[in-house]
Parts: sequence; structure tokens; C-alpha cells
Amino acid sequence: MRPSPGVLLGAAVLVVLALVPLFVAPYETGILARILTFALLAVSLDLLVGITGLPSLGHAAYFGIGAYTAGWLSINVTSEAPVPLLAATAAGALAAAATGWLAVRSSGIFFLMLTLAIGELIFQLAQQWESVTGGSNGLYGIPAVRVAGSPLTEVGFVYWYLLAAFVLGYAVLQVVSASPFGAVLRGIRDNEPRMRSLGYSPFRYKLAAFVLAGAVAGLAGGMLAAQQRLVTTADLGFTTAALALLAVVIGGAGTLWGACLGAALVVLIRDALGPRLDGHGPLVLGLVFILAVYLLPRGFAGLAGLRVRRRRKQPA
Amino acid sequence: MTAPPGDWGGGTPPPGDRAGGTAPAGDTAAAAPALALRGVSRHFGALRAVDAVDLSVSAGARHGLIGPNGAGKSTLFRLIAGTLRVSAGTIWLGEQDITGQREYVRARWGISQTLQHSSLFLPLTVEQNAMLAAQRRHGSPGSPWPRRQPVARDRVAELLEAVGLTGRATVTAGELSHGERRQLEIALALACEPRLLLLDEPAAGMSAAEGERLVELIEALPASVTVLIVEHDLDVVFQLASAITVLHLGQVLLTGSPSDVRESAAVREAYLGTADREELFVAPDGA
Repeated sequence: MRPSPGVLLGAAVLVVLALVPLFVAPYETGILARILTFALLAVSLDLLVGITGLPSLGHAAYFGIGAYTAGWLSINVTSEAPVPLLAATAAGALAAAATGWLAVRSSGIFFLMLTLAIGELIFQLAQQWESVTGGSNGLYGIPAVRVAGSPLTEVGFVYWYLLAAFVLGYAVLQVVSASPFGAVLRGIRDNEPRMRSLGYSPFRYKLAAFVLAGAVAGLAGGMLAAQQRLVTTADLGFTTAALALLAVVIGGAGTLWGACLGAALVVLIRDALGPRLDGHGPLVLGLVFILAVYLLPRGFAGLAGLRVRRRRKQPA
Repeated sequence: MTAPPGDWGGGTPPPGDRAGGTAPAGDTAAAAPALALRGVSRHFGALRAVDAVDLSVSAGARHGLIGPNGAGKSTLFRLIAGTLRVSAGTIWLGEQDITGQREYVRARWGISQTLQHSSLFLPLTVEQNAMLAAQRRHGSPGSPWPRRQPVARDRVAELLEAVGLTGRATVTAGELSHGERRQLEIALALACEPRLLLLDEPAAGMSAAEGERLVELIEALPASVTVLIVEHDLDVVFQLASAITVLHLGQVLLTGSPSDVRESAAVREAYLGTADREELFVAPDGA
């Protein structure tokens, strides 16, 4: 069987991403590492928003919980790869299971408000629990990731470590999205009552999707701790959650790679362009968001969809 | 291919039902009716949409349910399917009391329905729509790993052929015409391999040719499938049904053979006598 164009393109992008540290300056490599981290958060959110139809405003909570878990573990136990990432993934999944059990019973705007409330609750918890999180000072002094005992200090090596985690997390979501389980999630997104009349119990599927999204967000949080070596409450706050949702909408909800592009744009504007605009990055983000909603109702991914549809309409 | 462990809905055998999709049922159902309602009521405030309805549908029957607008037909369907809860009464599926069961459990036990207003997955293709229905019974719906699910896929191809949508398999449901959506509805309902099929005005909006095809399709269903059909087109009902129940203002007016119903004065009065009042009442069933 010949690989599809999508697979070929994905492989090409992966090769380019892997070669980056060899040709790009450390600062830019660092930004790219940040993009990968944020992109994985956005992709995990897209599983909820775009595929299951559950718009969450509290998804940064699981990202932050993963980050704190990885950071705390690195400081107090071990920073040996991939232990902090695994622990972050598990923590994200556990937190999502505990809160999702309640959240997925609602849908639409109620789900949005409920996840917002859960996110705020966890944010307050992180503020108060100073002995573990460092409170508003943040969790700092996180040691570098160690591989076989020696710390990864070169930006390029850290980047490769993060790239590996990103690819793994992305691949899991991609596989699930293409599975019968993923098809059920789309069915729930498009017509939940009908799914019930077809004999599906939507609750189970939504909870499983929520936990999976929480786990991958936790993994992304672990990446953040490894890359930034500092975790603050802002990382699990509303702003991060809203930016992740913004990335998903700009990129095109429902297509995982679209969410990656959206995340790249958000990080570039916030971290690369923002400082040059005297801190007016959020303003630019707002404009981009409005433009995206008006001009690209289906995000970047909608552009590719147009091309495919046009091709399909031509006689075969 | 076996269903994954856990309750994802895949391959759940309905109690007392056949294991597969095609084996003839009826050995246990010979004694009990396929569906029985005892004193089933549903009130919306002061409105008695369905009022103490007794109904018995024998196994393998093609049972028609008719009545003027607002008679409570669609409400009754929703009570049977479990979309609505009864205010009073019990519902039996074969020998199983299903009154307290949720809709998705009833669906797994073999109740399948088409809705009066098509309820499909509009952004998904026709094939994906049917696969969602077929994979629960014939595939592994809980599998997080991509699978081809060949049995479900074959069943989908078969059903799309049967309803006449083979050429439209890769079109999204949103692009289908009204009549085509009705056809897809029926494919979805059949893909669940029901033992009780509830058809709520399946021919509404279909062309004459499509309607004829529908009648053929229903007539060709195996005897293991019991059909309860609501239809405004009385020709379709009289052609298909072996027994007909007439519902009027939430109550059963009459149950009998098509000729009984045709000759009944009470039925004629219910239809004709309320002709001008019909417009005054908003039908509680989905209008």
C-alpha cells in the first residue's frame, strides 16, 4: 500500500523538526521547543473540543498539574528521563478522571462553565499549597533532565527530548482519532441523542476522552517543566487555558495538525512578536482571533479541506 | 473479532435474543408478544399526551399505528424507545420489563427507531453514519486502535445497497436530499439489527418511487424483526400492516385488522370529526 500524502507530509515535517537544532540558533530552538510543548497541549484540547465537541476552558489545569508533578519529582526524587514525563502523564490522567467524572455529565456552555470552575479551583489550590507548588513564587530550581545520569544542558538535546515526547503524544491522539473509538467521539459531537438511540452510552466515551486529553495535557506539562525548569501558577491558569482554546479555534477544531499550527501562531505572537510590540502581543492575538473566526471559520485546516473538496468535485 | 472488554456497547447480546444478527428469532417469543404496553401514560402538565395505552404487538408483526395529528403517536414511540419516561404503566420487550431502562440499554436489547425528523450525523459521510450504527453490533466500538471492522463494513455496504444509497456513500449526510436522509435513517436503524423496529413516518418526504422501495424493503425484512410503523400515508400502512392500532387523543380507539379499521365508524369520525380542530392544537409529538 502506498503511504498517503498526509503521512508523507507528516514524515517530512518530522525530519525537518528533528534537524532544527543542527541548523538553528539556541534561542530560536528554544522557541520551537516552547511551540512543541504548547502544541501538544492544544492537540490534547482538540480531542475534547474538535473531536468530542466538549469546549473546555479548564484544560490548562491538567497541563499545570503535569508540570508541577514533573517539577516536584525532578527536585525531590529524580529527574532521570523519562520518569518526570511519565509521572506528569499519570497525574494529568488522574486529575482528569477525578474532575471529568463530574464535568462530562454536562455539555455545551455548561461544560464550558464547569471546566472553567474546575480550572479556577485547581489554580487556587496551586496558589495555596505553597509547600509543594511554591505558591505565587512558582516552583523554581528544577534540575535539568538526566539521561543515564548525566544532565541534558545543551538546548539541542533538550529539544530532541521534547520532540520525542511530542511525537509520542501526538501519535497516540492521532491513532485514537482514527480508531472506531474516535468515530464514536465524532458521533457524540455531531448528534449525542442519536448515539444514545443507537445503543451507545455517551458518558463512558466522553469520560475516556476527557481522561486521555488530561493525560496528554499532563505530558505536555511535563515537557514544560523540562524546558522552562520553572513552573508558575500562570501555567495552569485561565490565560493558558484560553490561549490553548484560541490555538485550537485558529487552527481548525477537529484536525489535530491544525491545532499544532494554531499553537505555533499563538506562541510566535506571544513570545517572539509580543516583546517587540511593547507587550501588545495579546492585542495582536485578539485581532488574529477575530480574523480567524470571520475569514476561516474552520481554521487553517479548513483551507486544506477546501482544496480536497474542490478536487473531489472534479469527475474521477 | 471480539469486542473489547468493558461495557462499550459492542456486541452486547440482548437478553433472550439471538446471538448473531441474522438467525431467526421467535422460538422464545412465540408465547409472549414482542412488545407489550400496559396502562402506559405520559402527561405534560395537564395534557395527557398518552393516556393509559394498552398495546400488544405480536412477534414478527407489521403493526401500524395511525391517528390524527396530536393523537400521541410520536410520544408513544419515544416512550417505547426510552427517549421519554412514562408517567405510569409498564413496557415489556418480549419477557423483559424495560420500563426503567435507559434508552441506550433498550437500543442494545434490540429496539431501533427512525425519527420523524431525520436525526443524522450531518458532517459525516453516509458510510460513516452507517458505520457508527453497524460497528456497535458488528465491530469493536471501544477500540482505541484503528481497525477495518470488515464485518461491519460489509453490513454497511449491504444496507446502503438495500436502501439505494450505494452511490452516495462518500457524500456527507448534510448534502443529502430530504428523501435520501430518510433512507439513511432506515439504514442506520437496520444496522443496529433490531428485533423491534420503530418507524416514525418513514415515507414522509419521499417520492412515490422511494416510498415504494421503502415498502419493499420493509416487506423483505426477516420475520425476526417486528415492525411498528407510524405513517400518515394510509395507503402505505394498509399495504404493509397485518394489524393496526388507531390512537386518538392519547387513547387507543381500536386495534384490529386493516379491514376492521377501514370499516370502523369511530375511526372515520376521529379523522374527519377533528379535521378543523386539528389546526388549533399543536401536536405534542415533535411539531
